[in-house]
Amino acid sequence: MSNWDRFLDSFFNLKVAAEYLPKIIEGFWLTVLLALCIVVTGLVAGLLLAVLRSFGIRVLNWLIIFAVDLFRALPPLVLITLLFFGLPAAGFSLTGFASTWLALSLVLMAFAEEIFWAGITAVPKGQWEAARSTGLTFLQTLRMVVLPQALRMTIPPLTNRTIAITKGTALASVVAVQEILGAAQAGVSFSFNPTPLTLGALAYLVLFVPVVLLGRWIETRFAWKR
Amino acid sequence: MTFDDFLSAFFSLDILRQAWPILLDGLVQTILLSLLVVPLGLLGGVILAVLSTIHHPLLRWPLMAWVDLFRALPPLVLLVFIYAGLPFAGLEVTAWQAVAIGFFLNTGAYYGEILRAGIESVPRGQMEAARSTGLSRGQAMGFVILPQAVRNVLPDLISNTLEVVKLTSIASVVALPELLFQARQAQSVTYNATPIMAAAVIYFILLWPVVRLLSRLENRQLAGRR
Repeated sequence: MSNWDRFLDSFFNLKVAAEYLPKIIEGFWLTVLLALCIVVTGLVAGLLLAVLRSFGIRVLNWLIIFAVDLFRALPPLVLITLLFFGLPAAGFSLTGFASTWLALSLVLMAFAEEIFWAGITAVPKGQWEAARSTGLTFLQTLRMVVLPQALRMTIPPLTNRTIAITKGTALASVVAVQEILGAAQAGVSFSFNPTPLTLGALAYLVLFVPVVLLGRWIETRFAWKR
Repeated sequence: MTFDDFLSAFFSLDILRQAWPILLDGLVQTILLSLLVVPLGLLGGVILAVLSTIHHPLLRWPLMAWVDLFRALPPLVLLVFIYAGLPFAGLEVTAWQAVAIGFFLNTGAYYGEILRAGIESVPRGQMEAARSTGLSRGQAMGFVILPQAVRNVLPDLISNTLEVVKLTSIASVVALPELLFQARQAQSVTYNATPIMAAAVIYFILLWPVVRLLSRLENRQLAGRR
């Protein structure tokens, strides 16, 4: 058998591929589900914190800033490990899926809060004053005048950050979730052939290449006006 | 569960004293690892960014595909592929080698995009002026364009470096004995969450100043755009 044949037989073994493709596809949908859960909870929580911060309650703002700093400084895998392997010591256990969801949502929340807050503060003060002087309440001003302008500015950085964090779903394989990477690794150890890993890598590309391209497009489409 | 139980499960001084030596070992490895992968990633990034200044369609599309490929593939997937996959192709790699290759590819793509944006932000006249004083293209790039490019995207470079240092925690998956790996070892021996908690605290103490610095830089950048 030539080297090339051996290479094909290892990484592109059709028999193994056919056997493990269904598992990888199941993993694919699990990754999609996990990613969607993280994006929704992370962004919503981040926006809520940014809005809370705009009330300017000093003690509350310190807490928010600390939480944001905390989840920006800790590696996501450390958070997942702490939730999955640490919490049972407190008599409280989370599934691998829930640990990853919670951990990555907290991380996305922190980054999203920073970005939303930056967007809110970038709206000129005159906008606030003008809106308030027309009789709008604080919340109305925030919702109808400030946020629409702020959110537009936050789209490019937010998209990139969200993509980067959702790629962290692969970390769930460490806590035994059968998402793409988990399913692929299981396949490798059963078949003793790396083809499932090739399939897994391809599945990630199918999922994330369009997302990365979308991110590129959004970056030029909504670029900051300098 | 009483408060004392909670303390002894997450903040046990006894366990901390026992685990401290191996945690310290792990911290040293994490620092060494960062000192290896950050320069490697920067090297990859500079190569990609400088190549991208050569506007040739035969170079432009493959470069973009390369960058998008490694931005779309989660770093953990890349690492597992290299570490668990390559041996099947007859290439045995150690954990350190696998991490070095993976980070060079993944981190290089990110640094490359940032530096490319930096280079594009330097006015064209700078290159023309530098060349007209007799500097070669390489000299002009190294002495005139890159220093300004780096300054223009410094916050993004620092932010990416922070992410890279956090990302070294995935090396634990390929059994490289860095901080998280050692904490997990200590946790599984003692069946107590204190070592993981301690690792989290170490990461936080190490990286919090960087997060604070970034927060400031980002706010200043924003103020300039207002």
